[in-house]
Amino acid sequence: MASEIFVVAYDGIDRNPVDYAATRAKANGATLCLVHVLQWSPYSFLTPEELEERKMRRRQELERAKTALVDPLVAELRAAGLQIDSEIRFGSPTAVILDVAADKGACQIFVGRSSKSGIENKIFGSVTLGLAQAATIPTVIVP
Amino acid sequence: MRVIGPLISLLIMPLLLVSPALAQEAAEEGSGTASVDAWVDGIVGPVTAPFVSFIFAPIPGTELPWIVLWLITAAAIFTVYFGFVQFRMVPHAIDLVRGRYTSPDAAGEVTHFQALATAVSGTVGLGNIAGVAVAMSVGGPGATFWMILSGLLGMASKFTECTLGVKYRTEYEDGRVSGGPMHYLKKGMAEIGHTTLGKVLAVGFAIFCVLASWGAGNMFQANQAHSQLVVITGGDASFLADRGWITGLVMAVVVFLVIVGGIKSIARVTEKLVPFMGILYLAAALIVIIANIDQLGAAFGEIFEGAFTGLGVAGGLIGALIQGLRRATFSNEAGIGSAAIAHSAVQTKHPVTEGFVSMLEPFIDTVIICTATALVITISGVLQQDPATGLYVWDEAAGQIATANNLSGVELTSAAFGSKITWFPYVLGLAVVLFAFSTMISWSYYGVKAWCFLFGDNYVSELIYKVLFCVFVILGAAVSLGAVLDFSDASLFAMGIFNIVGLYFLAPIVKREMTTYMAKLRGGEIPKYPKAASARGSAA
Repeated sequence: MASEIFVVAYDGIDRNPVDYAATRAKANGATLCLVHVLQWSPYSFLTPEELEERKMRRRQELERAKTALVDPLVAELRAAGLQIDSEIRFGSPTAVILDVAADKGACQIFVGRSSKSGIENKIFGSVTLGLAQAATIPTVIVP
Repeated sequence: MRVIGPLISLLIMPLLLVSPALAQEAAEEGSGTASVDAWVDGIVGPVTAPFVSFIFAPIPGTELPWIVLWLITAAAIFTVYFGFVQFRMVPHAIDLVRGRYTSPDAAGEVTHFQALATAVSGTVGLGNIAGVAVAMSVGGPGATFWMILSGLLGMASKFTECTLGVKYRTEYEDGRVSGGPMHYLKKGMAEIGHTTLGKVLAVGFAIFCVLASWGAGNMFQANQAHSQLVVITGGDASFLADRGWITGLVMAVVVFLVIVGGIKSIARVTEKLVPFMGILYLAAALIVIIANIDQLGAAFGEIFEGAFTGLGVAGGLIGALIQGLRRATFSNEAGIGSAAIAHSAVQTKHPVTEGFVSMLEPFIDTVIICTATALVITISGVLQQDPATGLYVWDEAAGQIATANNLSGVELTSAAFGSKITWFPYVLGLAVVLFAFSTMISWSYYGVKAWCFLFGDNYVSELIYKVLFCVFVILGAAVSLGAVLDFSDASLFAMGIFNIVGLYFLAPIVKREMTTYMAKLRGGEIPKYPKAASARGSAA
């Protein structure tokens, strides 16, 4: 029987949800899927220079996220005996996390309470609240 | 950032030469800058006059400048050659902008929406506000009809040049993408065996692109932004009146901080504000139109009647036609080649898709925004009519339809809005400054690309161009340079000479691209996605 899959949203700062999900995954023999989302909207406005450099910047952003944030964490958790894979994607964090969960057939999502600034959360709503409202699978909010 | 200090000194040096002189002049009499204007005009005029006369030379036996006919003929030919693409493919273009054909794997790349928005930001500007007022005051409301026609036909020219812009762009190893007429004229023409002609066209285009970037994309913008600031700060009594160097200096410093200092946040804020100002401008126009809905029929009546009779305008039909076509081209830049530079960075496997999307640019710019301005001017009654005959009163001395206080350009548009919404000129003032600034940022980019094509792509070369660009911001706002502005206007149109020659040669390539793409689209080979790529992202 295939193991359960837990999706954990990792913003690169808050490790609490990762550590908590890792503990739960180890106890249940589940596979962990670490998702890191690079916030991006296809409807943002760019200067001509930003257009020219966008492909280069995208490459750099992906590389930085992979080498500085995601890969070291994946290696650390794998060394601790966890089954783990990772995803780095561009887009709206809430939508991307839900998408990955659906694609992987995940049974739970783990997310930190909040990492964005208070004002931004008040205006746009946080990823945490978005997941709590829209997820069709159990979602654990880790303080 | 460490180079900012010395560079600011470089920028300030010409200011020290220009501004005190202007300030002193301004402090003396009301006509303070006149002598400086006359001095500069006296130097520039004789040198540039033959070129300006050549570009705007009328076709023998008519008053129609040949360059206007050149651009509009090309647009008409491309319209027919591509089977009225601008009417058939607009729904598909909108789907492309909505991301319905963008693969989720492309998340994080430049989308069709972003390329279009940036190009529109560079295009929508004073041409839509001041240019339309000039067209209306000289050509009458009938000029609007020809502007709309020019916008609709121009969509085909834009389609052609932007498809080529993507197809022949240069993708550098580090991931940067650069395109535009310099690239497709050189590479595309070489591909079909016209290497030398291609190089000549590319160099010719680049030279006039640099000049237009200093003029139409810079001095004209600064000049009109200053005019509007004077209007909203008290007119002749304003502390800014005859002190354009203050406006110019402030704008130049901000432009300098962005294009040389690398302070991108200012440009980003502008890029975000400009669309909102555009929407606000359109909303205000709609409010004026809806509040005077009973006059809308009459306004359109004047537009159609004036298009063929002139309604008392000197030059009649031809006068309206020339002004309409000229100002529309100045505004939407179709056939000029500039927008192809911005559009070429889009992420797509099919260059023709950006061609389809780019067609929306003249539509938004000319058919929607210019028409909105024209309707407000017509409805507001700022253009004086003879109540007995219904004809417009021609002011021989001013060379335009009589207006209160002889207003023209942005001041006329401001007065038209102000007659219906008293506080709107203040909002318009902010919008004009933002539009001007956004257009300057875009044109500084177009200009630097052309400059580097001519003089080499290196830091020093770029820096020289950018510092000169900032100096022209101050000059544009400070002085009323008829000859310089005429020359910059002519340079913009001259870009279209080189670009369109190339487009005629390369149009069959665009047609092949379109035919292949359409076959794939009809055959279901182009995947359509249920939602925009925003919701999903690419795996690393």
